[in-house]
Amino acid sequence: MPSTAYHAPGTVEDAVALLAADPTARPLGGGTDLIVQMRAGRLSPGAVIDLKRIGGMSGVHRAGDAFAIGAATPCTALKADAALSAAWPGVVEAANLIGSVQVRNRATMAGNLCNASPAADSVPALVAAGAVCVIAGPSGQREVPVEAIPVSPGKTSLAPGEFVVEIRFPPKPAGGGDAYLRSTPRTEMDIAVVGAGVSIVLDGEGICTAARIALGAVGPTVVLVEDAAAALVGSKLDDDALAAMSQAVQAASNPIDDKRGTVSYRKAMAGVLARRAVLIAASRAGAKA
Amino acid sequence: MNAPSTMKPFRHVGTRPVRPDGVDKVTGKALYSTDFKAPGMLWGAILRSPHPHARILSIDTKKAEALAGVKAVATGRDLPTLESLVMHVGEGASDIVDVSHNCLALDKVLYEGHAVAAVAAASPEIAREALGLITVEYEELAFVLGLEEALAEGAPVLHDTVFTKGVDPKPDRPSNAAMRVEMGGGDVEGALASAAATVTGRYTLEPVHQGYIEPHACVASWNGDGQAQIWTSSQGHFAVRALTASVLAIPQADIRVTPLEIGGGFGGKTTVYLEPVAMVLSKKSGRPVRLAMTREEVFRATGPAPGAVIDVRLGAAADGTLVAADVEFLYHSGAYTANDAGAGVSSAIGHYRIPNSRVVGIEVLCNRPAAKAYRAPGAPQVNFAVESAMDELAGKLGIDPLELRLKNAAIEGDPQTTGLPWGRIGYVECLEAAKAHPHWSAPLGPNQGRGIAGGYWGNYGGPSTVNVSVAEDGTVTVATGSPDIGGSRASMAIMAAEVLDIPYEQVRAVVADTASIGVSMVTGGSRTTFATGMATVQAAEEVKRLLCERAARMWGVISDQVEWRSGEVICLDGEKQGQAMSAAAIAGRSFHSGGPIAAVAALSAKGWLPGFGVHICDTEVDPETGHVKIVRYTAVQDVGIAIHPDYVEGQIQGGAAQGIGWALNEAYIYGKDGKLDNAGFLDYRMPVASDLPMIEAVIVEVPNPSHPYGVKGVGEVPIVPPLAAVANAIHAAAGVRLKDLPMAPDRVYAALHPEG
Repeated sequence: MPSTAYHAPGTVEDAVALLAADPTARPLGGGTDLIVQMRAGRLSPGAVIDLKRIGGMSGVHRAGDAFAIGAATPCTALKADAALSAAWPGVVEAANLIGSVQVRNRATMAGNLCNASPAADSVPALVAAGAVCVIAGPSGQREVPVEAIPVSPGKTSLAPGEFVVEIRFPPKPAGGGDAYLRSTPRTEMDIAVVGAGVSIVLDGEGICTAARIALGAVGPTVVLVEDAAAALVGSKLDDDALAAMSQAVQAASNPIDDKRGTVSYRKAMAGVLARRAVLIAASRAGAKA
Repeated sequence: MNAPSTMKPFRHVGTRPVRPDGVDKVTGKALYSTDFKAPGMLWGAILRSPHPHARILSIDTKKAEALAGVKAVATGRDLPTLESLVMHVGEGASDIVDVSHNCLALDKVLYEGHAVAAVAAASPEIAREALGLITVEYEELAFVLGLEEALAEGAPVLHDTVFTKGVDPKPDRPSNAAMRVEMGGGDVEGALASAAATVTGRYTLEPVHQGYIEPHACVASWNGDGQAQIWTSSQGHFAVRALTASVLAIPQADIRVTPLEIGGGFGGKTTVYLEPVAMVLSKKSGRPVRLAMTREEVFRATGPAPGAVIDVRLGAAADGTLVAADVEFLYHSGAYTANDAGAGVSSAIGHYRIPNSRVVGIEVLCNRPAAKAYRAPGAPQVNFAVESAMDELAGKLGIDPLELRLKNAAIEGDPQTTGLPWGRIGYVECLEAAKAHPHWSAPLGPNQGRGIAGGYWGNYGGPSTVNVSVAEDGTVTVATGSPDIGGSRASMAIMAAEVLDIPYEQVRAVVADTASIGVSMVTGGSRTTFATGMATVQAAEEVKRLLCERAARMWGVISDQVEWRSGEVICLDGEKQGQAMSAAAIAGRSFHSGGPIAAVAALSAKGWLPGFGVHICDTEVDPETGHVKIVRYTAVQDVGIAIHPDYVEGQIQGGAAQGIGWALNEAYIYGKDGKLDNAGFLDYRMPVASDLPMIEAVIVEVPNPSHPYGVKGVGEVPIVPPLAAVANAIHAAAGVRLKDLPMAPDRVYAALHPEG
């Protein structure tokens, strides 16, 4: 019988050492992907390294206007943080679309990211927000943008011994707003057929001065669509700008046909959801302007 | 339009007391199938075919048997060779040879997931490891999944012993057409040719699963003396006993089956998959053995409801009077003959008066799990086609869809599709109730539309045994052989309390094992409250008579001189005139007045009547995404008399919810390799709570004159109308007629954006 060791280290250094000692070892946050995959026989790690006992790993930390979220923070805790919900409502909503209430009481955004599913709900929202990951590893800590973590379905850019310690957000810009929308056949307990995360900044005149648009489930990894952002910047989000943005989104979408959706439906939905998400983000930006 | 309860002459019938099994269930104490453990129990596991169709050349189990902790290994060779025999124990009928081969394949595997071998071991981990040590040599065969493909020339034929049943003369070669059923009469073509308006359509549905939350599981213990016990959750433990004994060729009385609480069945738990295999493993190991399926196994190896291809033509006169119907359908039968076609044929158009009709149903074998009963088996598929066509016809004629149905609705005395006259049915009453309901005339918002559909299910009676016994303190136990899947213990207690005119809490109802009560048919066919209820009433009446007789004896008067009144015996004559004797007083001295007081009723209930329902559905269709939201839903149904209205409403809501799931998102998805691609609840999308609005259940009561309390049956009707009700509402909301289920967002989007 193959056996799996369980470790609950108290420090980042101990966790790194345990992960580095066994290349098959896996970090455990909420476990809502890891345990399921182990039970299904898709994954048989030699060791599971529980991160929850490490100080600072659970919780939303705030330094001035900037937020940092510990890797073991469950999605439900994000929703409970009023300041984070006010600053990045799109991210908080995206994280709280994952699975069910019971799943979200355990599931973490860092786990959602490192599971490297192209359909992960929180990832397009994090990318749109410009979030970065703090990674601990044998050679110390480094910071990389969220979009640099997944490299293909199920695979990350993390080196042996490395794990995500926290996710950091830039200070929320004045006039900024974000949103995330996804398409699923069911209202809950489902996986995105397409997801669209948007973050924009509007000036006092309602002119878009910055935008980030990221898509889920339309490629092997999250797609940051710079052309779509460019179509909005300098506009007042008029119909022409929105149409150009949608077109850029569709052009950047390169989905597959599978049991969850067809290529043509996914491309069409990417355009629709991105436009709707821009309008929600704009209303949030406007409300705070 | 709930029937006003003040008009009822009843004390208990129509009230809503707490179910006797409720506290155990909400506190987690109830014993479901995998909660049961026997001392020394082993853990079983089943090896399943990775191929949709293959010949088994050899099975080598030596390495598995040699693994430490493995106590027994079984294959199809361990089951006895049987003569073909069609058994009618569940809903529909099955050949016992098919049941056996479905439990463990013999020479061929007929679908991906077909059981091939089984092991029993000291732990689940060892059992799973042992499965990996079994080597099966297969010769892969061409497979077929589709209905028309399976009937095409040159298609791989699953069974060389199947010659289409119901075709005269018998075909000269075997085929995948397992059976053909035809009903109707008159001049269909002539009537269609002269009709003022006609509609024609082809409708398709994918197979769907019953989706019970509790996977199949059992424990079996077979002793050296030949006697055995099985603990299992099923819709009929007598069916489990009969099928298991027949598969193993042993006497039924040697098996005692104890029913455990059931976590949903919906028709899917009316057969055996595991019990005969667990028995063989137990015999070989000398230990009790548990077999339990995973959710994935449930999807891959247990009965879906058939998918279908249905062609419909309807014709009407200018005033909307239907003149002809032509319906022909193909239903998946899966790996073995399933016998759903007949029910489909008789459930197609019988709710309307149609002078010229032809309804043909053909069951088609294919390399999918053997189709199994699912809530009104065979009815929702054909109803979807017919009720969609009715909607289209109403549009063509410019007649309100409810009025068109009302104009043609069958009433008592009208002929059914079989030719026999309908009894006291309540379709018109349901349509009138729907018309009068505020929902029918409520305003709609943007992108919203309203649909309506009617449907019916024949219901059933059949064999039930009930024992009503009185304890020494006068309290009453009702023991039935009917598993309780919808609140039947509460309903039985209500009916016994009604007969005896005593408080509900003084009557407790239980489900007894096969050694403790007489034979009872499965809980299915919406028969239990009707048939087992009839037996309960009959046994309670006999208990009442016995109590009167004993009281008379104790008073020294003849039985005619006493009367049962308000739960007591009253003396009507002689010096004790006016005295009362309670059940407790009589039962307390029963050992000295003739013995314990108990009565058994064993009957085959006759006089069942079908149920009819009318559903109103409002949808909102997102024109940009194709998402369909169910905004409002009302389900009207004639139930005869509602014994326990809470559980009647629960059945109606549950059936509607399952029907909406079937309409919108549920479907089996197969890969090109013939393997199921969505064997789990993530990608097999049953609705979740947030997908549904509150479903308003409207009870219509047109009593059944053949039942002491007017019962007709409830559970199956409500899954029949939703498919068309949703489709018709989508048509009303978005102007597109979807004829292929499921109406998932991408399908609706494609219909709305035909340009791509």
